[in-house]
Amino acid sequence: MTKAKLDTAFQTVADAGEKAFVPYIMAGDGGLSGLNERIRFLADCGATAIELGLPFSDPVADGPTIQAAGIRALEAGTTVQTVLDEVAKEKASRTVPLVIMTYLNPVFAYGVEAFASACAEAGISGLILPDLPLEEEGMVTEALKKQDIALIRLVALTSTPARIQALAERAEGFLYAVTVAGTTGERASFVDQLGTHLKALTEVSKAPVLAGFGVSTPEHVRELSQYCDGVVVGSKIVDALHQGNRQQVKDLIASRK
Amino acid sequence: MALYPTETGLYGSFGGRFVPETLMPAILELEQAFKEAKEDPAFQEEMAYYLKQYIGRETPLYHAERLSATLGGPKIYLKREDLNHTGAHKINNTIGQALLTQRMGKKKVVAETGAGQHGVATATVSALLGLECIIFMGKEDVRRQALNVYRMELLGAQVVSVDQGNGTLKDAVNEAMRYWTANVEDTHYIFGTAAGPHPFPQIVRDFQRVIGDETRKQIIETEGKLPEAIVACVGGGSNAIGMFYPFVEDQEVKMYGVEAGGKGLPTGEHAASLTEGKAGILHGSLSYLLQNGDGQVQEAHSISAGLDYPGVGPEHSYLKDAGRVTYDAVTDEEALEAVRLLSRTEGIIPALESAHAVAYCKKLAPMMGTEDVLVVCLSGRGDKDMNTIREAHETGGDFND
Ligand SMILES: Cc1ncc(COP(=O)(O)O)c(C=O)c1O
Repeated sequence: MTKAKLDTAFQTVADAGEKAFVPYIMAGDGGLSGLNERIRFLADCGATAIELGLPFSDPVADGPTIQAAGIRALEAGTTVQTVLDEVAKEKASRTVPLVIMTYLNPVFAYGVEAFASACAEAGISGLILPDLPLEEEGMVTEALKKQDIALIRLVALTSTPARIQALAERAEGFLYAVTVAGTTGERASFVDQLGTHLKALTEVSKAPVLAGFGVSTPEHVRELSQYCDGVVVGSKIVDALHQGNRQQVKDLIASRK
Repeated sequence: MALYPTETGLYGSFGGRFVPETLMPAILELEQAFKEAKEDPAFQEEMAYYLKQYIGRETPLYHAERLSATLGGPKIYLKREDLNHTGAHKINNTIGQALLTQRMGKKKVVAETGAGQHGVATATVSALLGLECIIFMGKEDVRRQALNVYRMELLGAQVVSVDQGNGTLKDAVNEAMRYWTANVEDTHYIFGTAAGPHPFPQIVRDFQRVIGDETRKQIIETEGKLPEAIVACVGGGSNAIGMFYPFVEDQEVKMYGVEAGGKGLPTGEHAASLTEGKAGILHGSLSYLLQNGDGQVQEAHSISAGLDYPGVGPEHSYLKDAGRVTYDAVTDEEALEAVRLLSRTEGIIPALESAHAVAYCKKLAPMMGTEDVLVVCLSGRGDKDMNTIREAHETGGDFND
């Protein structure tokens, strides 16, 4: 049921002729006790799925906003275990699929097999590890498959055609199309060829293609969603929640339609 | 012993290339460029030219007679990497990588630096070859090493102070990797030690192995045999692997890697990743790492900025587990004492990093015979550390006469 939950969510959106919107939040930022409430809030706003960041001390794929959120979460004592325990509490009633985004070391330290089964227990549908390229994914694929958890792969602007092909063929959950050369964080604009790139990805990918990194305004959401199956928004959501600006989150998610 | 790495960058179970997809094509391009360069006589010739005429190689293997007499036991030889241009072994690697940068048609380089040694060595070769150079340095290190910041700027590099984290070397690497990710199309990352994602550990080792290759030839010339033991300090592990690698197959040569024990291993304030760490992934490779039970990387502590790093190169992790190299740690205090010892006995002021290797000789010497030969990699000179050493000696009391 874990991975299928994600597939169903994307299918439902597509059937309605709509686009997916996956917000990212940093687990433990703003207190772990508020985590389930934040998840419910985002689901109520219309999130297709939710990406849950587990903080790591050295997040090389992240820009300043998510780095700062990670530091706040770590300072609040957030650990892999406390996050999984917290989300497990509402597993039965939760309909929105959850995907975890973290770096390899916290997973490795927990134990890959143990992590996968703890994720399954907590009702997690997918895993994103930005420091795990195609060449190294053998480290987790077996364990995730066994627990029916999707390994969500990232494809970059710099990916060669052969790599794009390989990533697209393996795609499960969704294919995460990184829209900038660089780290997460708000951007004013994107490269001109982005639309063509995204469109080409949707043609080869076995799973929905979502654009993410730098997506931060309703205009971005509408613009990029034309070319693919939807967007992932991280820094802007993290920032708005940190500022207590929930209206901004609502408006952003509403712009997906 | 198996010789590593494998095609995919593994050293036993260590190593690998754990980087974002955005960087992966550049990593593969670098691997290819390095392979081709290694086989290209023109590249070898160019390297040999700069090593000799610009860096001043070969460096002497100097018989430290007064030090040997003072410690008792073996004949101690110092491999004088401190006599290289810019004062440390770091430039052996930066010149090689800068030439690779040119080969790949890139005109910009980025690098991290802790104390500033690697930053200075990178800025130096960038000036030499006309490359645009940007250096990331932790805020705390910028403050501690103001003179080196000025030195890099004088050489034409742009130095960026890193606020993130604790503002030390680990944070500088993070920022340099982020910068590289955003500028990978026209920029090469000159990684400063034998760590990071494959092929960096191999590239850095191959550019640093000149230390061990020369040592081997020199000791056979002067002593007619291989040394009984070799000692080198280990931060990320570049001077040590460069020294060790040509001797790995010679089982009779004992090898010792000395890590920074900081305030002492029991205090937890040290940089002894091999001695005290657990396997984990940081900065692109799987290796011994200082981390907590939840996989969060811990801050390292050492009086020597060049050893102040919670990770270590994967080949050292392999050599440790294979039992081929013994890794141990010496404290800040022991290193400071060794600075004074070498200064007074030989008129050579070592870098604080290298002083860790010298300090370890005090432990080894009593266990060795008078016909034995002990080689120490003197990775750098102490000029950069004058302020730190003076402050420590003035406040430490017991280092004064
Ligand atoms: C003189 C000297 N020795 C040793 C080191 C440690 O680095 P590595 O372990 O890569 O040789 C440094 C690093 O800055 C250094 O400057």
